[in-house]
Amino acid sequence: MNETALSTHGLNKSFGSLVVASNVELNLPAGARYALIGPNGAGKTTLINLVTGMLRPDAGRIFLGDADITALAPDERVRLGLVRTFQINSLFPHLTALESVTLAVCERRRVAQTWWRQLTAYRDEIDEAYDILAALTLAAVCHRPTRELAYGQQRLLEIALALATRPKVLLLDEPAAGVPREESRELFAAIAGLSRDISVLFIEHDMDLVFRFASRVIVMVGGRVLLEGTPRDIASDPRVRAVYLGKARQEAVS
Amino acid sequence: MTSEALAGPGRYLQAQIRWRWSEIAFWLATLLPFVLTPSYLLLASQVAITALFALSLDLILGYAGIVSLGHAAYFGIGAYTAGLISTAGWGEPLTGLFAAAIAAGIFGYLTSFIVARFHHLALIMITLGIGLVLQEAANSASWLTGGFDGLQGIHTWPMFGRFHFDLYGYTAYSYSLAALFVIFLIARRLIHSPFGLALRGIRENGQRMPAIGAPTHAHIRTIYTIAAIIAGIAGAVLAQTTETVSLETLGFQRSADVLVMLILGGTGRLYGGLVGAAVYMVARDQFSGLNPQYWYFWIGLLLIAVVMLLPNGILGGLSLLARRARAQS
Repeated sequence: MNETALSTHGLNKSFGSLVVASNVELNLPAGARYALIGPNGAGKTTLINLVTGMLRPDAGRIFLGDADITALAPDERVRLGLVRTFQINSLFPHLTALESVTLAVCERRRVAQTWWRQLTAYRDEIDEAYDILAALTLAAVCHRPTRELAYGQQRLLEIALALATRPKVLLLDEPAAGVPREESRELFAAIAGLSRDISVLFIEHDMDLVFRFASRVIVMVGGRVLLEGTPRDIASDPRVRAVYLGKARQEAVS
Repeated sequence: MTSEALAGPGRYLQAQIRWRWSEIAFWLATLLPFVLTPSYLLLASQVAITALFALSLDLILGYAGIVSLGHAAYFGIGAYTAGLISTAGWGEPLTGLFAAAIAAGIFGYLTSFIVARFHHLALIMITLGIGLVLQEAANSASWLTGGFDGLQGIHTWPMFGRFHFDLYGYTAYSYSLAALFVIFLIARRLIHSPFGLALRGIRENGQRMPAIGAPTHAHIRTIYTIAAIIAGIAGAVLAQTTETVSLETLGFQRSADVLVMLILGGTGRLYGGLVGAAVYMVARDQFSGLNPQYWYFWIGLLLIAVVMLLPNGILGGLSLLARRARAQS
Protein backbone atom coordinates (compact mmCIF):
# COMPACT_ATOMS: atom_id res chain seq x y z
CA MET A 1 0.00 0.00 0.00
CA ASN A 2 2.89 2.35 0.71
CA GLU A 3 3.89 2.93 -2.87
CA THR A 4 6.10 5.90 -3.64
CA ALA A 5 4.38 8.62 -5.65
CA LEU A 6 7.35 10.93 -6.03
CA SER A 7 10.98 10.56 -5.06
CA THR A 8 14.30 12.28 -5.65
CA HIS A 9 17.76 10.81 -5.30
CA GLY A 10 20.83 12.91 -4.62
CA LEU A 11 19.37 16.11 -6.03
CA ASN A 12 21.94 18.90 -6.21
CA LYS A 13 21.75 22.45 -7.49
CA SER A 14 23.87 25.51 -6.96
CA PHE A 15 23.98 29.00 -8.43
CA GLY A 16 27.67 29.82 -8.39
CA SER A 17 28.80 29.37 -4.81
CA LEU A 18 25.25 29.41 -3.45
CA VAL A 19 24.06 25.87 -2.80
CA VAL A 20 20.26 25.75 -3.07
CA ALA A 21 19.81 21.97 -3.05
CA SER A 22 22.30 19.62 -1.51
CA ASN A 23 21.83 15.89 -1.88
CA VAL A 24 18.06 16.09 -1.40
CA GLU A 25 16.33 12.73 -0.90
CA LEU A 26 12.60 13.15 -1.06
CA ASN A 27 10.10 10.36 -0.68
CA LEU A 28 6.42 11.08 -1.04
CA PRO A 29 4.18 8.01 -0.58
CA ALA A 30 0.94 7.66 -2.53
CA GLY A 31 -1.90 9.51 -0.87
CA ALA A 32 0.45 11.50 1.34
CA ARG A 33 -0.32 14.84 2.95
CA TYR A 34 3.15 16.22 3.59
CA ALA A 35 4.22 19.69 4.59
CA LEU A 36 7.55 21.20 3.57
CA ILE A 37 8.74 23.82 6.01
CA GLY A 38 11.89 25.82 6.60
CA PRO A 39 13.08 29.40 6.99
CA ASN A 40 13.12 31.78 4.01
CA GLY A 41 15.86 30.84 1.58
CA ALA A 42 15.92 27.21 2.72
CA GLY A 43 15.35 26.05 -0.85
CA LYS A 44 11.70 24.95 -0.63
CA THR A 45 10.47 26.67 -3.80
CA THR A 46 13.73 25.74 -5.52
CA LEU A 47 13.00 22.10 -4.73
CA ILE A 48 9.58 22.42 -6.37
CA ASN A 49 11.20 24.10 -9.38
CA LEU A 50 13.70 21.24 -9.64
CA VAL A 51 11.11 18.51 -9.28
CA THR A 52 8.74 20.06 -11.84
CA GLY A 53 11.52 20.69 -14.34
CA MET A 54 11.48 24.49 -14.25
CA LEU A 55 15.10 24.26 -13.08
CA ARG A 56 17.60 21.65 -14.23
CA PRO A 57 19.42 19.89 -11.38
CA ASP A 58 23.24 19.75 -11.47
CA ALA A 59 23.03 16.13 -10.35
CA GLY A 60 20.47 13.61 -9.14
CA ARG A 61 17.40 11.86 -10.42
CA ILE A 62 13.66 12.42 -10.05
CA PHE A 63 11.09 9.63 -10.18
CA LEU A 64 7.33 9.85 -10.58
CA GLY A 65 6.22 6.45 -9.36
CA ASP A 66 8.74 4.16 -11.06
CA ALA A 67 9.33 6.40 -14.06
CA ASP A 68 12.52 8.44 -14.28
CA ILE A 69 11.34 11.92 -15.29
CA THR A 70 14.64 13.77 -14.81
CA ALA A 71 15.02 14.53 -18.52
CA LEU A 72 11.40 15.47 -19.26
CA ALA A 73 10.18 19.00 -20.03
CA PRO A 74 7.85 20.66 -17.50
CA ASP A 75 4.72 20.20 -19.62
CA GLU A 76 5.51 16.51 -20.15
CA ARG A 77 5.76 16.03 -16.38
CA VAL A 78 2.39 17.73 -15.96
CA ARG A 79 0.82 15.36 -18.47
CA LEU A 80 2.20 12.45 -16.43
CA GLY A 81 0.48 13.87 -13.34
CA LEU A 82 3.13 15.94 -11.55
CA VAL A 83 1.57 19.35 -11.03
CA ARG A 84 2.34 22.46 -9.01
CA THR A 85 0.80 25.76 -8.00
CA PHE A 86 2.64 29.04 -7.54
CA GLN A 87 3.34 31.06 -4.44
CA ILE A 88 2.70 34.27 -6.37
CA ASN A 89 -0.46 34.04 -8.50
CA SER A 90 0.47 33.05 -12.01
CA LEU A 91 -2.82 33.22 -13.88
CA PHE A 92 -4.28 34.43 -17.16
CA PRO A 93 -5.47 37.96 -16.31
CA HIS A 94 -7.82 38.58 -19.25
CA LEU A 95 -9.26 35.06 -19.49
CA THR A 96 -12.31 34.30 -17.41
CA ALA A 97 -12.00 31.70 -14.65
CA LEU A 98 -14.03 29.26 -16.75
CA GLU A 99 -11.91 29.86 -19.85
CA SER A 100 -8.73 29.32 -17.86
CA VAL A 101 -9.84 26.02 -16.37
CA THR A 102 -11.41 24.88 -19.66
CA LEU A 103 -8.04 25.51 -21.29
CA ALA A 104 -6.32 23.27 -18.74
CA VAL A 105 -8.96 20.54 -19.27
CA CYS A 106 -8.54 20.79 -23.07
CA GLU A 107 -4.77 20.48 -22.75
CA ARG A 108 -5.17 17.37 -20.61
CA ARG A 109 -7.60 15.81 -23.06
CA ARG A 110 -5.27 16.69 -25.93
CA VAL A 111 -7.83 18.73 -27.82
CA ALA A 112 -6.11 22.10 -27.43
CA GLN A 113 -4.41 21.62 -30.81
CA THR A 114 -7.78 21.52 -32.54
CA TRP A 115 -8.38 24.76 -34.44
CA TRP A 116 -11.17 23.80 -36.84
CA ARG A 117 -13.89 23.10 -34.26
CA GLN A 118 -15.41 25.74 -32.08
CA LEU A 119 -14.87 25.63 -28.35
CA THR A 120 -18.60 25.52 -27.68
CA ALA A 121 -18.68 22.05 -29.25
CA TYR A 122 -16.62 20.81 -26.29
CA ARG A 123 -19.45 20.60 -23.80
CA ASP A 124 -17.81 17.87 -21.71
CA GLU A 125 -14.66 19.91 -21.25
CA ILE A 126 -16.60 23.04 -20.34
CA ASP A 127 -18.83 21.12 -17.93
CA GLU A 128 -15.83 19.52 -16.25
CA ALA A 129 -14.17 22.91 -15.83
CA TYR A 130 -17.38 24.30 -14.39
CA ASP A 131 -17.65 21.45 -11.90
CA ILE A 132 -14.08 22.01 -10.71
CA LEU A 133 -14.81 25.71 -10.19
CA ALA A 134 -18.10 24.94 -8.47
CA ALA A 135 -16.39 22.54 -6.05
CA LEU A 136 -14.03 25.37 -5.11
CA THR A 137 -16.94 27.85 -4.63
CA LEU A 138 -16.04 29.77 -7.79
CA ALA A 139 -19.16 28.99 -9.87
CA ALA A 140 -20.71 32.41 -9.30
CA VAL A 141 -17.69 34.25 -10.65
CA CYS A 142 -16.70 31.84 -13.41
CA HIS A 143 -17.46 34.34 -16.20
CA ARG A 144 -15.47 37.14 -14.63
CA PRO A 145 -12.03 37.93 -16.04
CA THR A 146 -9.36 36.60 -13.70
CA ARG A 147 -7.93 40.04 -12.97
CA GLU A 148 -11.28 41.13 -11.53
CA LEU A 149 -11.45 38.28 -9.00
CA ALA A 150 -10.75 38.87 -5.33
CA TYR A 151 -7.30 37.78 -4.19
CA GLY A 152 -8.58 34.76 -2.27
CA GLN A 153 -10.58 33.66 -5.32
CA GLN A 154 -7.44 33.91 -7.43
CA ARG A 155 -5.66 31.62 -4.96
CA LEU A 156 -8.49 29.11 -5.40
CA LEU A 157 -8.24 29.45 -9.16
CA GLU A 158 -4.55 28.49 -8.90
CA ILE A 159 -5.68 25.23 -7.32
CA ALA A 160 -8.53 24.80 -9.82
CA LEU A 161 -6.04 25.02 -12.70
CA ALA A 162 -3.88 22.38 -11.06
CA LEU A 163 -6.85 20.07 -10.44
CA ALA A 164 -7.98 20.40 -14.05
CA THR A 165 -4.80 18.59 -15.09
CA ARG A 166 -5.87 15.56 -12.94
CA PRO A 167 -2.68 15.43 -10.87
CA LYS A 168 -1.30 12.32 -9.22
CA VAL A 169 1.14 14.44 -7.24
CA LEU A 170 0.26 17.99 -6.31
CA LEU A 171 2.92 20.41 -5.09
CA LEU A 172 1.36 23.49 -3.48
CA ASP A 173 3.70 26.42 -2.97
CA GLU A 174 2.21 28.39 -0.07
CA PRO A 175 -1.37 28.00 -1.31
CA ALA A 176 -2.68 30.38 1.35
CA ALA A 177 0.02 33.05 0.93
CA GLY A 178 -1.55 36.44 1.55
CA VAL A 179 -4.98 35.02 2.34
CA PRO A 180 -6.62 36.14 5.61
CA ARG A 181 -6.48 33.52 8.36
CA GLU A 182 -10.14 32.53 8.32
CA GLU A 183 -10.15 32.07 4.55
CA SER A 184 -6.89 30.14 4.60
CA ARG A 185 -8.54 27.56 6.87
CA GLU A 186 -11.33 27.11 4.32
CA LEU A 187 -8.74 26.83 1.58
CA PHE A 188 -6.89 24.12 3.45
CA ALA A 189 -10.13 22.34 4.22
CA ALA A 190 -10.65 22.17 0.44
CA ILE A 191 -7.15 20.76 0.03
CA ALA A 192 -7.72 18.23 2.82
CA GLY A 193 -10.89 17.15 1.04
CA LEU A 194 -9.06 16.21 -2.16
CA SER A 195 -9.19 12.61 -3.27
CA ARG A 196 -6.65 10.31 -1.64
CA ASP A 197 -5.54 9.37 -5.15
CA ILE A 198 -3.69 12.66 -5.13
CA SER A 199 -0.48 12.86 -3.13
CA VAL A 200 0.04 16.35 -1.76
CA LEU A 201 3.16 18.19 -0.66
CA PHE A 202 2.59 21.75 0.49
CA ILE A 203 4.87 24.55 1.59
CA GLU A 204 3.35 26.53 4.43
CA HIS A 205 4.60 28.96 7.05
CA ASP A 206 1.61 28.88 9.37
CA MET A 207 2.44 26.15 11.90
CA ASP A 208 -1.17 25.74 13.00
CA LEU A 209 -2.13 24.81 9.44
CA VAL A 210 0.89 22.54 9.08
CA PHE A 211 0.10 20.63 12.27
CA ARG A 212 -3.55 20.37 11.36
CA PHE A 213 -3.37 19.22 7.78
CA ALA A 214 -0.02 17.41 7.38
CA SER A 215 0.53 13.80 8.37
CA ARG A 216 4.28 14.28 8.09
CA VAL A 217 6.56 17.26 7.90
CA ILE A 218 9.86 17.76 6.06
CA VAL A 219 12.15 20.47 7.38
CA MET A 220 14.63 22.10 5.00
CA VAL A 221 17.47 24.39 5.98
CA GLY A 222 20.13 25.77 3.68
CA GLY A 223 19.25 23.52 0.76
CA ARG A 224 19.35 20.33 2.87
CA VAL A 225 16.66 18.18 4.38
CA LEU A 226 17.28 18.62 8.08
CA LEU A 227 14.69 16.19 9.29
CA GLU A 228 11.44 14.45 8.48
CA GLY A 229 8.81 13.25 10.89
CA THR A 230 5.32 13.53 12.29
CA PRO A 231 4.18 17.00 13.34
CA ARG A 232 4.66 15.89 16.96
CA ASP A 233 8.28 14.86 16.32
CA ILE A 234 8.97 18.10 14.54
CA ALA A 235 7.40 20.28 17.20
CA SER A 236 9.52 18.71 19.92
CA ASP A 237 12.80 18.60 18.03
CA PRO A 238 15.28 21.06 19.50
CA ARG A 239 17.06 21.65 16.18
CA VAL A 240 13.82 22.64 14.52
CA ARG A 241 12.99 24.95 17.38
CA ALA A 242 16.40 26.51 17.05
CA VAL A 243 16.46 27.13 13.31
CA TYR A 244 12.82 27.58 12.49
CA LEU A 245 10.18 27.84 15.14
CA GLY A 246 12.12 30.33 17.21
CA LYS A 247 12.59 32.49 14.19
CA ALA A 248 8.97 32.18 13.15
CA ARG A 249 7.86 33.25 16.62
CA GLN A 250 10.12 36.27 16.43
CA GLU A 251 8.60 37.17 13.08
CA ALA A 252 5.11 36.71 14.40
CA VAL A 253 5.83 39.00 17.35
CA SER A 254 7.48 41.72 15.32
CA MET B 1 -25.03 18.67 -12.05
CA THR B 2 -28.10 18.98 -14.24
CA SER B 3 -27.76 20.05 -17.82
CA GLU B 4 -30.06 22.97 -17.08
CA ALA B 5 -27.63 24.42 -14.60
CA LEU B 6 -24.88 23.94 -17.13
CA ALA B 7 -26.63 25.75 -19.92
CA GLY B 8 -25.09 28.88 -18.41
CA PRO B 9 -21.40 28.32 -19.07
CA GLY B 10 -21.93 27.05 -22.60
CA ARG B 11 -24.37 29.79 -23.52
CA TYR B 12 -22.01 32.49 -22.35
CA LEU B 13 -19.26 31.20 -24.63
CA GLN B 14 -21.79 30.82 -27.45
CA ALA B 15 -22.66 34.50 -27.13
CA GLN B 16 -19.05 35.46 -27.75
CA ILE B 17 -18.98 33.55 -31.01
CA ARG B 18 -22.21 34.98 -32.44
CA TRP B 19 -21.92 37.41 -35.37
CA ARG B 20 -22.53 40.98 -34.30
CA TRP B 21 -24.42 43.55 -36.38
CA SER B 22 -21.29 45.68 -36.56
CA GLU B 23 -19.45 42.79 -38.20
CA ILE B 24 -22.15 42.28 -40.82
CA ALA B 25 -22.15 46.04 -41.48
CA PHE B 26 -18.37 45.96 -41.86
CA TRP B 27 -18.44 43.27 -44.53
CA LEU B 28 -21.30 44.95 -46.39
CA ALA B 29 -19.23 48.15 -46.37
CA THR B 30 -16.37 46.35 -48.11
CA LEU B 31 -18.67 46.12 -51.16
CA LEU B 32 -19.17 49.91 -51.30
CA PRO B 33 -16.06 50.65 -53.44
CA PHE B 34 -17.77 48.84 -56.35
CA VAL B 35 -20.54 51.46 -56.42
CA LEU B 36 -19.16 54.55 -54.67
CA THR B 37 -15.54 54.73 -55.81
CA PRO B 38 -15.17 52.50 -58.87
CA SER B 39 -12.08 54.45 -59.94
CA TYR B 40 -10.33 53.39 -56.74
CA LEU B 41 -10.81 49.64 -57.07
CA LEU B 42 -7.11 49.01 -57.57
CA LEU B 43 -6.38 50.84 -54.32
CA ALA B 44 -9.21 48.89 -52.66
CA SER B 45 -7.60 45.68 -53.87
CA GLN B 46 -4.26 46.73 -52.35
CA VAL B 47 -6.06 47.52 -49.11
CA ALA B 48 -7.71 44.08 -49.04
CA ILE B 49 -4.37 42.35 -49.68
CA THR B 50 -2.64 44.36 -46.97
CA ALA B 51 -5.54 43.69 -44.62
CA LEU B 52 -5.08 39.97 -45.20
CA PHE B 53 -1.38 40.33 -44.46
CA ALA B 54 -2.18 42.28 -41.27
CA LEU B 55 -4.69 39.60 -40.28
CA SER B 56 -1.96 36.97 -40.47
CA LEU B 57 0.28 39.10 -38.25
CA ASP B 58 -2.59 39.55 -35.78
CA LEU B 59 -2.85 35.78 -35.38
CA ILE B 60 0.72 35.58 -34.09
CA LEU B 61 1.06 38.99 -32.43
CA GLY B 62 -2.44 39.68 -31.18
CA TYR B 63 -3.30 36.13 -30.15
CA ALA B 64 0.00 34.44 -29.29
CA GLY B 65 2.08 37.51 -28.40
CA ILE B 66 4.83 36.83 -30.95
CA VAL B 67 6.30 40.15 -32.10
CA SER B 68 7.72 39.92 -35.61
CA LEU B 69 9.65 42.46 -37.66
CA GLY B 70 10.23 40.05 -40.51
CA HIS B 71 6.74 38.93 -41.44
CA ALA B 72 7.20 40.15 -45.03
CA ALA B 73 9.47 37.14 -45.57
CA TYR B 74 6.40 34.91 -45.92
CA PHE B 75 4.48 37.51 -47.92
CA GLY B 76 7.41 37.74 -50.33
CA ILE B 77 7.80 33.98 -50.66
CA GLY B 78 4.13 33.77 -51.60
CA ALA B 79 4.50 36.61 -54.09
CA TYR B 80 7.61 35.13 -55.75
CA THR B 81 6.14 31.61 -55.85
CA ALA B 82 2.97 32.82 -57.57
CA GLY B 83 5.02 35.04 -59.87
CA LEU B 84 7.49 32.32 -60.82
CA ILE B 85 4.76 29.82 -61.60
CA SER B 86 3.23 32.39 -63.91
CA THR B 87 6.52 33.24 -65.66
CA ALA B 88 7.08 29.50 -66.08
CA GLY B 89 3.93 29.48 -68.19
CA TRP B 90 1.11 28.58 -65.82
CA GLY B 91 -1.00 31.66 -65.08
CA GLU B 92 -4.06 30.06 -63.51
CA PRO B 93 -4.61 32.14 -60.34
CA LEU B 94 -6.06 29.59 -57.88
CA THR B 95 -3.40 26.93 -58.40
CA GLY B 96 -0.76 29.67 -58.15
CA LEU B 97 -2.34 30.78 -54.89
CA PHE B 98 -2.28 27.24 -53.56
CA ALA B 99 1.37 26.73 -54.49
CA ALA B 100 2.29 30.02 -52.84
CA ALA B 101 0.48 28.97 -49.66
CA ILE B 102 2.42 25.71 -49.54
CA ALA B 103 5.80 27.37 -50.17
CA ALA B 104 5.22 30.02 -47.49
CA GLY B 105 3.87 27.35 -45.13
CA ILE B 106 6.98 25.17 -45.51
CA PHE B 107 9.29 28.10 -44.85
CA GLY B 108 7.08 29.17 -41.95
CA TYR B 109 7.18 25.70 -40.43
CA LEU B 110 10.98 25.47 -40.73
CA THR B 111 11.56 28.90 -39.18
CA SER B 112 8.96 28.27 -36.47
CA PHE B 113 11.41 25.96 -34.70
CA ILE B 114 13.72 28.94 -34.16
CA VAL B 115 10.94 31.42 -33.42
CA ALA B 116 9.29 29.22 -30.75
CA ARG B 117 12.43 29.27 -28.62
CA PHE B 118 12.78 33.04 -28.20
CA HIS B 119 10.91 35.92 -26.62
CA HIS B 120 10.75 39.71 -26.57
CA LEU B 121 13.75 41.58 -27.98
CA ALA B 122 15.57 38.42 -29.08
CA LEU B 123 12.48 37.39 -31.04
CA ILE B 124 12.28 40.78 -32.78
CA MET B 125 15.94 40.49 -33.79
CA ILE B 126 15.50 36.94 -35.04
CA THR B 127 12.45 37.70 -37.17
CA LEU B 128 14.22 40.83 -38.47
CA GLY B 129 17.19 38.63 -39.35
CA ILE B 130 15.02 36.09 -41.17
CA GLY B 131 13.53 38.90 -43.27
CA LEU B 132 16.91 40.43 -44.13
CA VAL B 133 18.52 37.09 -45.00
CA LEU B 134 15.67 36.21 -47.32
CA GLN B 135 15.63 39.60 -49.05
CA GLU B 136 19.36 39.51 -49.76
CA ALA B 137 19.12 35.89 -50.90
CA ALA B 138 16.40 36.92 -53.37
CA ASN B 139 18.52 39.88 -54.44
CA SER B 140 21.57 37.74 -55.18
CA ALA B 141 19.56 35.02 -56.94
CA SER B 142 18.70 37.46 -59.73
CA TRP B 143 18.69 34.66 -62.35
CA LEU B 144 15.55 33.43 -60.61
CA THR B 145 13.96 36.49 -59.06
CA GLY B 146 15.06 39.24 -61.44
CA GLY B 147 16.96 40.76 -58.50
CA PHE B 148 16.68 44.50 -58.08
CA ASP B 149 14.62 44.92 -61.25
CA GLY B 150 11.91 42.62 -59.98
CA LEU B 151 10.24 39.66 -61.61
CA GLN B 152 9.15 40.45 -65.17
CA GLY B 153 6.70 38.77 -67.46
CA ILE B 154 3.97 37.65 -65.08
CA HIS B 155 0.66 37.08 -66.79
CA THR B 156 -2.36 36.04 -64.77
CA TRP B 157 -5.00 34.12 -66.67
CA PRO B 158 -8.66 35.10 -66.31
CA MET B 159 -10.32 33.88 -63.12
CA PHE B 160 -12.29 30.69 -63.84
CA GLY B 161 -11.30 31.28 -67.48
CA ARG B 162 -13.87 34.09 -67.69
CA PHE B 163 -13.05 37.17 -65.59
CA HIS B 164 -10.07 39.09 -66.95
CA PHE B 165 -7.88 41.12 -64.63
CA ASP B 166 -8.94 44.43 -66.13
CA LEU B 167 -7.37 47.89 -65.83
CA TYR B 168 -10.06 49.16 -63.48
CA GLY B 169 -9.57 46.45 -60.93
CA TYR B 170 -13.04 44.89 -60.83
CA THR B 171 -11.65 41.39 -60.96
CA ALA B 172 -8.65 42.31 -58.82
CA TYR B 173 -10.76 43.71 -55.99
CA SER B 174 -13.29 40.87 -56.21
CA TYR B 175 -10.46 38.34 -56.00
CA SER B 176 -8.62 40.11 -53.13
CA LEU B 177 -11.82 40.65 -51.19
CA ALA B 178 -12.93 37.03 -51.65
CA ALA B 179 -9.54 35.78 -50.44
CA LEU B 180 -9.70 38.12 -47.44
CA PHE B 181 -13.24 37.09 -46.54
CA VAL B 182 -12.70 33.33 -46.82
CA ILE B 183 -9.50 33.44 -44.78
CA PHE B 184 -11.11 35.75 -42.26
CA LEU B 185 -13.86 33.16 -41.74
CA ILE B 186 -11.22 30.50 -41.12
CA ALA B 187 -9.28 32.76 -38.75
CA ARG B 188 -12.46 33.62 -36.88
CA ARG B 189 -13.21 29.95 -36.44
CA LEU B 190 -9.66 29.34 -35.28
CA ILE B 191 -9.68 31.96 -32.55
CA HIS B 192 -12.92 30.57 -31.13
CA SER B 193 -11.53 27.03 -31.04
CA PRO B 194 -9.72 25.28 -28.17
CA PHE B 195 -6.50 26.13 -30.00
CA GLY B 196 -7.48 29.80 -30.07
CA LEU B 197 -8.00 29.65 -26.32
CA ALA B 198 -4.55 28.09 -25.91
CA LEU B 199 -3.04 30.94 -27.96
CA ARG B 200 -4.65 33.50 -25.69
CA GLY B 201 -3.22 31.55 -22.77
CA ILE B 202 0.26 31.89 -24.27
CA ARG B 203 -0.24 35.62 -24.75
CA GLU B 204 -1.61 36.10 -21.24
CA ASN B 205 0.98 34.03 -19.40
CA GLY B 206 3.39 31.95 -21.44
CA GLN B 207 5.27 30.94 -18.30
CA ARG B 208 2.21 29.34 -16.76
CA MET B 209 1.23 27.31 -19.81
CA PRO B 210 3.72 24.43 -19.27
CA ALA B 211 2.44 24.15 -15.70
CA ILE B 212 -1.03 23.23 -16.99
CA GLY B 213 0.52 20.68 -19.34
CA ALA B 214 0.49 22.80 -22.49
CA PRO B 215 3.10 22.06 -25.17
CA THR B 216 3.71 25.77 -25.75
CA HIS B 217 6.36 25.36 -28.43
CA ALA B 218 4.14 23.06 -30.48
CA HIS B 219 1.29 25.59 -30.26
CA ILE B 220 3.59 28.39 -31.39
CA ARG B 221 4.91 26.32 -34.29
CA THR B 222 1.36 25.61 -35.44
CA ILE B 223 0.13 29.21 -35.38
CA TYR B 224 3.35 30.52 -36.87
CA THR B 225 2.99 28.13 -39.79
CA ILE B 226 -0.67 29.09 -40.28
CA ALA B 227 0.23 32.80 -40.20
CA ALA B 228 3.01 32.20 -42.75
CA ILE B 229 0.54 30.44 -45.07
CA ILE B 230 -1.88 33.37 -44.86
CA ALA B 231 0.91 35.89 -45.45
CA GLY B 232 2.00 33.84 -48.46
CA ILE B 233 -1.54 33.91 -49.85
CA ALA B 234 -1.64 37.69 -49.46
CA GLY B 235 1.66 37.96 -51.31
CA ALA B 236 0.41 35.70 -54.09
CA VAL B 237 -2.74 37.78 -54.59
CA LEU B 238 -0.59 40.90 -54.85
CA ALA B 239 1.70 39.29 -57.43
CA GLN B 240 -1.22 37.99 -59.48
CA THR B 241 -3.29 41.19 -59.44
CA THR B 242 -0.39 43.59 -60.12
CA GLU B 243 1.55 41.16 -62.35
CA THR B 244 4.85 42.29 -60.83
CA VAL B 245 6.95 41.15 -57.89
CA SER B 246 9.75 43.29 -56.51
CA LEU B 247 12.24 42.81 -53.68
CA GLU B 248 10.11 45.27 -51.72
CA THR B 249 7.60 42.44 -51.08
CA LEU B 250 10.23 40.82 -48.83
CA GLY B 251 11.51 44.07 -47.39
CA PHE B 252 11.84 45.45 -43.89
CA GLN B 253 9.62 48.39 -44.81
CA ARG B 254 6.70 46.07 -45.51
CA SER B 255 7.24 44.19 -42.25
CA ALA B 256 7.35 47.46 -40.32
CA ASP B 257 4.34 48.94 -42.14
CA VAL B 258 2.11 45.97 -41.39
CA LEU B 259 3.09 46.10 -37.72
CA VAL B 260 2.18 49.80 -37.66
CA MET B 261 -1.18 49.12 -39.32
CA LEU B 262 -2.03 46.38 -36.87
CA ILE B 263 -1.15 48.52 -33.84
CA LEU B 264 -3.06 51.43 -35.37
CA GLY B 265 -6.18 49.29 -35.78
CA GLY B 266 -5.80 47.34 -32.54
CA THR B 267 -4.21 43.93 -31.91
CA GLY B 268 -5.98 40.76 -30.88
CA ARG B 269 -9.33 41.66 -32.42
CA LEU B 270 -9.13 40.16 -35.94
CA TYR B 271 -10.67 43.36 -37.34
CA GLY B 272 -7.80 45.53 -36.08
CA GLY B 273 -5.51 44.67 -38.96
CA LEU B 274 -8.34 45.19 -41.44
CA VAL B 275 -9.30 48.60 -40.13
CA GLY B 276 -5.65 49.58 -39.63
CA ALA B 277 -4.75 48.63 -43.20
CA ALA B 278 -7.68 50.61 -44.61
CA VAL B 279 -6.96 53.72 -42.53
CA TYR B 280 -3.21 53.58 -43.17
CA MET B 281 -3.41 53.03 -46.90
CA VAL B 282 -6.19 55.53 -47.56
CA ALA B 283 -4.32 58.07 -45.41
CA ARG B 284 -1.11 57.37 -47.35
CA ASP B 285 -2.96 57.79 -50.62
CA GLN B 286 -4.44 61.11 -49.51
CA PHE B 287 -1.35 62.49 -47.79
CA SER B 288 0.91 61.61 -50.69
CA GLY B 289 -1.54 63.44 -52.96
CA LEU B 290 -1.27 66.54 -50.75
CA ASN B 291 2.43 66.41 -50.25
CA PRO B 292 4.27 63.65 -52.08
CA GLN B 293 7.63 64.15 -50.36
CA TYR B 294 6.66 64.34 -46.74
CA TRP B 295 3.71 62.02 -46.37
CA TYR B 296 5.52 59.88 -43.78
CA PHE B 297 5.46 62.99 -41.60
CA TRP B 298 1.68 62.72 -41.42
CA ILE B 299 1.77 58.95 -40.96
CA GLY B 300 4.18 59.46 -38.06
CA LEU B 301 1.90 62.06 -36.51
CA LEU B 302 -1.11 59.76 -36.90
CA LEU B 303 0.78 56.90 -35.26
CA ILE B 304 1.85 59.01 -32.27
CA ALA B 305 -1.67 60.38 -31.84
CA VAL B 306 -3.34 56.98 -31.97
CA VAL B 307 -0.91 55.27 -29.61
CA MET B 308 -1.07 58.17 -27.12
CA LEU B 309 -4.82 58.62 -27.17
CA LEU B 310 -5.98 55.07 -27.98
CA PRO B 311 -3.55 52.56 -26.49
CA ASN B 312 -5.63 49.67 -27.81
CA GLY B 313 -5.81 51.09 -31.31
CA ILE B 314 -8.74 52.51 -33.24
CA LEU B 315 -10.97 49.50 -32.52
CA GLY B 316 -10.02 49.57 -28.83
CA GLY B 317 -11.13 53.20 -28.73
CA LEU B 318 -14.37 52.44 -30.55
CA SER B 319 -15.29 49.57 -28.25
CA LEU B 320 -14.57 51.82 -25.25
CA LEU B 321 -16.95 54.43 -26.69
CA ALA B 322 -19.58 51.76 -27.33
CA ARG B 323 -19.31 50.52 -23.74
CA ARG B 324 -19.65 54.06 -22.38
CA ALA B 325 -22.68 54.72 -24.58
CA ARG B 326 -24.30 51.51 -23.34
CA ALA B 327 -23.54 52.43 -19.72
CA GLN B 328 -25.18 55.85 -20.25
CA SER B 329 -28.40 54.53 -21.71
